[in-house]
Amino acid sequence: MTTVDTSTTDTTGRSAQPLVELRDIRVAFGGVHAVEGVSVDLHGGEIVALVGGNGAGKTTLIRTLSGAHRADSGEIHINGEHVTINNPRDARDLGVETIYQTLALADNVAAPANIFLGRELLTRWGTLNDTAMQDATRKLMAQLNPRFTNFVSPVASLSGGQRQSVAIARAVHFNARILIMDEPTAALGPAETEQVRQLIRQLKAAGLGIFLISHDIHDVFDLADRISVMLQGRLVATVNKNDVTLDEVLAMIIAGKLPGGASSEPGPESP
Amino acid sequence: MTDATAAAPAADRIDRGRDSALTRLRTATEIDPRMFGMLLALAVIWIGFHFLTGGTFLTSRNLWNLSVQTATVAIMATGMVLVIVSRNIDLSVGSMLGAVGMAMALLQAEILPEWFGFGSPLVWIISLIVGVIMGAAIGAFQGAIVAYAKVPSFIVTLGGLLVWRGVAWRLASGRTIAPMDSTFQLLGGGSRGTIGGTATWLVAVVGCAGIVALLVAGRRRRQKYDFTLRPIWADIAIGVAGCVAVLGIAAVINSYPMPVNLARNYAEERGMEWPEEGLTIPLGLANPVLLMVAVAIAMNFVATRLRFGRYVFAIGGNPDAAELGGIKTRWTVVKTFMVMGILVAIAAAVQIARLNAATSGLGTLAELYVIAAAVIGGTSLAGGIGSIPGAILGALVAQSLQSGMVLMGVDAPIQDIVVGVVLVVAVALDSAYRRRLET
Ligand SMILES: Nc1ncnc2c1ncn2[C@@H]1O[C@H](COP(=O)(O)OP(=O)(O)OP(=O)(O)O)[C@@H](O)[C@H]1O
Ligand SMILES: [Mg+2]
Repeated sequence: MTTVDTSTTDTTGRSAQPLVELRDIRVAFGGVHAVEGVSVDLHGGEIVALVGGNGAGKTTLIRTLSGAHRADSGEIHINGEHVTINNPRDARDLGVETIYQTLALADNVAAPANIFLGRELLTRWGTLNDTAMQDATRKLMAQLNPRFTNFVSPVASLSGGQRQSVAIARAVHFNARILIMDEPTAALGPAETEQVRQLIRQLKAAGLGIFLISHDIHDVFDLADRISVMLQGRLVATVNKNDVTLDEVLAMIIAGKLPGGASSEPGPESP
Repeated sequence: MTDATAAAPAADRIDRGRDSALTRLRTATEIDPRMFGMLLALAVIWIGFHFLTGGTFLTSRNLWNLSVQTATVAIMATGMVLVIVSRNIDLSVGSMLGAVGMAMALLQAEILPEWFGFGSPLVWIISLIVGVIMGAAIGAFQGAIVAYAKVPSFIVTLGGLLVWRGVAWRLASGRTIAPMDSTFQLLGGGSRGTIGGTATWLVAVVGCAGIVALLVAGRRRRQKYDFTLRPIWADIAIGVAGCVAVLGIAAVINSYPMPVNLARNYAEERGMEWPEEGLTIPLGLANPVLLMVAVAIAMNFVATRLRFGRYVFAIGGNPDAAELGGIKTRWTVVKTFMVMGILVAIAAAVQIARLNAATSGLGTLAELYVIAAAVIGGTSLAGGIGSIPGAILGALVAQSLQSGMVLMGVDAPIQDIVVGVVLVVAVALDSAYRRRLET
């Protein structure tokens, strides 16, 4: 469904230069410090999980990368280059695609119109080519969720899982280099979840860098290479999945307790 | 994929056994049930009035007049659909019509003739262009305040309602400005402002050809992508019904003859014999009605086939999603108000051409009829839902009620009461229908 520009990610595994670097990002809403100086990075062909309790600031952090919200301070580097992302168009132009926690679908239009929203296929007269968009959507869905067959009803009339499929389809269709997935399986049944896991592995193998936000700690351990834990707007630590146990990660999420031997910036408490 | 798509029609077929013939017709032809309902309502209203007025409603004369009376509201209602779909409202259209109409009239009757002389075609052409630019500018101004300064459109255009009415008054200090250029008057559709019988048939035939071409193109496109096709009988039924409707309307229009003295002039001008029993020469489609048809087709194209229209609907469905989808939502909103302003200017031109004058009260309360037409036509005030053909039908329903009651001799206050009640009932029915869909 997606061909990836491999020239940017041709180093297998971890390259020296990260694909994305968020440096010292800060976001405040009025008096609420949602994100306070968080730095994370992501390499091509890597999955970094962002975990943390409700309100930890995960969504706010990645929204600065997807152009939905501007950071108060901090820098974003893509392929080592300092970039400014002022709106979602800028992010897309840089190859960043996002599946939002809220899905961000226009409820009153059908799946194809949602998938191509802002990037419609046009006829040579410059008019909307709805048949081509529907055709592309059918092909896309045949791979992502073969049970998805409603291409004409407004997405408001779809089930939560079907809506999520639409949001996922939109993010993976456009040759992303960097994929942000904010709770991509929250509304999915077991079979569909497995399908998305499979998809995530495929995309990783194709060389994409993926930020995965999930509350499902098993999902995280199954898929992620590294895990960045956030607590109350701060980064507790970033750890390699293979260096930690599930309980250690849970302790970081809940209490900000660092496991022995984790190499990262100090958390609120020293072990 | 093929399995999955084949499954849906199969499921359809099982259900169909229980459906009535009418429902089957509707599902096979994929006609929007709400449009279907509105056409039914219109039929009921027309037949009802026909009996209540002792057979004067469904006459060519009344229907011809009805078409002309509907034109200006319908033209503006097509723009109001886009404005309302994007979760806004424009309460200023009546006052804007007054101000723009007054400006065009002043240009035509007092200012431009001094430069170009009376009767120069430049006079009406320039005044029309200035009017359209003025409409677009006012729309852009109000739209910019809504989109960039984030003032609710209800407030911005409520202010506009007062401001532009005041401007209309100040422009002419309350005077009535007349007369309009004689060529310009043709736009108003008086008994001279029509296209004639032959041209009316021609328009109908072109319309027919257009319907057939669209159906064929639709089938081709679906075939090309291997989509399930509508049954061929349904396509033929739509084509036939469409053509019959278009040709029928042309026949009705053309059965309304010119008044006797006009027909005599017409015959004399062309050196025709004037027989004892007189001549019945059809007036044909009125210019403003032709203009309305053109505007409706253009606006329907904009709403359904262009990215701009898609974005307007997406914004109405979920403004945040539209923004996250990379749509320039604020600029899109400004554009909807600009389109509204341009349509108001067109309607203003038709009005002053028809009255052959502009008064400061021009367009008073028009905003209410325009909004009513859009809403009766199925446009949801919550945004995201609406259609151009619906708005045209809505305008026709509202105007039919009014003109039917005039024919019945119902006095004005009662007319207002009835139109008001119908508006509320129409919206209540519509939301009841929509709730049923959701469950
Ligand atoms: N638009 C906003 N206006 C004001 N405060 C906000 C806004 N968005 C987020 N916040 C606040 O920022 C903090 C972080 O929220 P965020 O949505 O980033 O958390 P999260 O880690 O994604 O949580 P969850 O797991 O529940 O999705 C919270 O305290 C929240 O109340
Ligand atoms: Mg979140």
